[in-house]
Amino acid sequence: MRNIYSIWKREVYVYFTSPIAYVILTTFLVLSGYIFYSSVAFFSNISLQASQMEYAGDINVTEIVLKPTFRNISVFMLMMMPIITMKLFAEEQKTGTLELIMSYPIREVELLMGKFAAAFTIFLAMISLTGFYPALLYKYAAPDTGTVITGYIGLFLLGGAFIAMGLMFSSFTENQIVAAAGSFGALLIFWLLGWCETFAGSGWGSLLAHLSFLKHFENFSKGIVDTRDIVYYFNLTILFLFITIRSLESKRWQR
Amino acid sequence: MIEATRLTKRFGTITAIKNVSFHVDKGEILGFLGPNGAGKTTTIRILTGLFPATSGSARIAGFDVFDQSIEVRKRLGYLPENVPIYNEMPVSAYLKFAASMKGVEAKNATKEVARVLDRCSLVPVKNRIIGKLSKGFRQRVGIAQAILRNPDVLILDEPTIGLDPKQITDIRKLIMGFAGRKTVILSSHILPEVSMMCRRVAIINNGRIVAIDTPQCLTGRTADKVFLEIKGPEVEVLTRLRGIPGVGSIASEIDQKTGIGRYTVKTKDGKEIRGTLSRSIITAGWSLLEMRAVRPSLEDVFIRLTREER
Repeated sequence: MRNIYSIWKREVYVYFTSPIAYVILTTFLVLSGYIFYSSVAFFSNISLQASQMEYAGDINVTEIVLKPTFRNISVFMLMMMPIITMKLFAEEQKTGTLELIMSYPIREVELLMGKFAAAFTIFLAMISLTGFYPALLYKYAAPDTGTVITGYIGLFLLGGAFIAMGLMFSSFTENQIVAAAGSFGALLIFWLLGWCETFAGSGWGSLLAHLSFLKHFENFSKGIVDTRDIVYYFNLTILFLFITIRSLESKRWQR
Repeated sequence: MIEATRLTKRFGTITAIKNVSFHVDKGEILGFLGPNGAGKTTTIRILTGLFPATSGSARIAGFDVFDQSIEVRKRLGYLPENVPIYNEMPVSAYLKFAASMKGVEAKNATKEVARVLDRCSLVPVKNRIIGKLSKGFRQRVGIAQAILRNPDVLILDEPTIGLDPKQITDIRKLIMGFAGRKTVILSSHILPEVSMMCRRVAIINNGRIVAIDTPQCLTGRTADKVFLEIKGPEVEVLTRLRGIPGVGSIASEIDQKTGIGRYTVKTKDGKEIRGTLSRSIITAGWSLLEMRAVRPSLEDVFIRLTREER
């Protein structure tokens, strides 16, 4: 446990003493802030129009502002997370620091958990800063608290899976760009799998939809918590972390 | 303390080391000498548990380096080649991190870091960023992390590479200070360094240990030469020297202006002939300006041994 904490501490220290964390946080906030602003602007526009009409029951701030904001945040994560995770193992393999770390009496699991926790910390910083948006909505409107909570739960689960996949690719290579490109590509494929649901026939279609990151996130952004979605994200995260450990350990087996 | 038995490591079709066996006693410094690519780093990496040997086994402090890796690593201080340490961190923060990785308890960490900072003369730079330090300081930070938690065994892979003479001397002093207390394996391709610091030297070439002995024994194996500087007529000197029993071939060089001749006399079967030589020269009435035994340097031995292998 202490080893995990030490690794976590060092990684977070490096994130925040280099420009990495600041650039990622800023970019992410600018993008998500822009999406939030445009959703709010759109909402105020149509609610103005609706107020001049008889029937305006369907318009609500949860549907028009929160849902697209969460969905777009998840898209931005798709682009930012590989950048957060790409260096975690690749850089250490390139500079040889991994060799030195592995000569210390620590286990691969501890190294991995420390790094996972560090990346998750950056991710938490990113996400918690977006809490400003729902807070603003509460001041001027009445968003559905349940949806806000489930949206964030969904983002956390998604973030965990993204980080696990990023770590996995980072452990495969000593080139950070390869790690980032690999994990971005793989995330995108997992994201888009559901798109061909309708053309792939019922059996394959439902399988693909089940594998898609997007399909499972949709429920959370709507305010629905389905155990299947939680299990899906947990399974993926554990699978990717498991492969990462094996990839780290593999050197120790090669006779 | 360190026991390697018939270590062999193959990478695909390439055999990096073959049947490497050696042992290092407690408190001893063993020099690992070999040209680049001879298999020094591969052997060291097996000992530190980075990867297993294809065959053979190694034990450190009684623990198998493969099966009881964690136990071995608890007792090991390792400085890899090129000192891979975190350039973006300040010295003391880095050492604190390394201390906790090595299992130094949090309450003792500050004291332990202060100890190694002092031991490696790093106190003046303890708050500097490692990446901004000179190579000599960087190397010392590498040694500092290796001696954290006072390990019994130190493995240092080319610790003086790329340093200036002053820095080399400093690092050597530091390492020689461990003799008797820690068991050290030191790899290097700088021969004088190894002969100076190590009680025993293993010469490794093409993945095999070609010789393992004390530097004195390694150099003592080959025939000696005697260097003489004599003021006297060249032809007569040469005739007289050739007449002395035990003298082999003689190479001479005369300074015409001063009349001083430099003679390198090869002795037959390594016999001690310096006494006879000096008496003979003096009785002839010439001046003997200088005489010394020319031992082959470790360099000569090394080059001969590594050439024979090919």
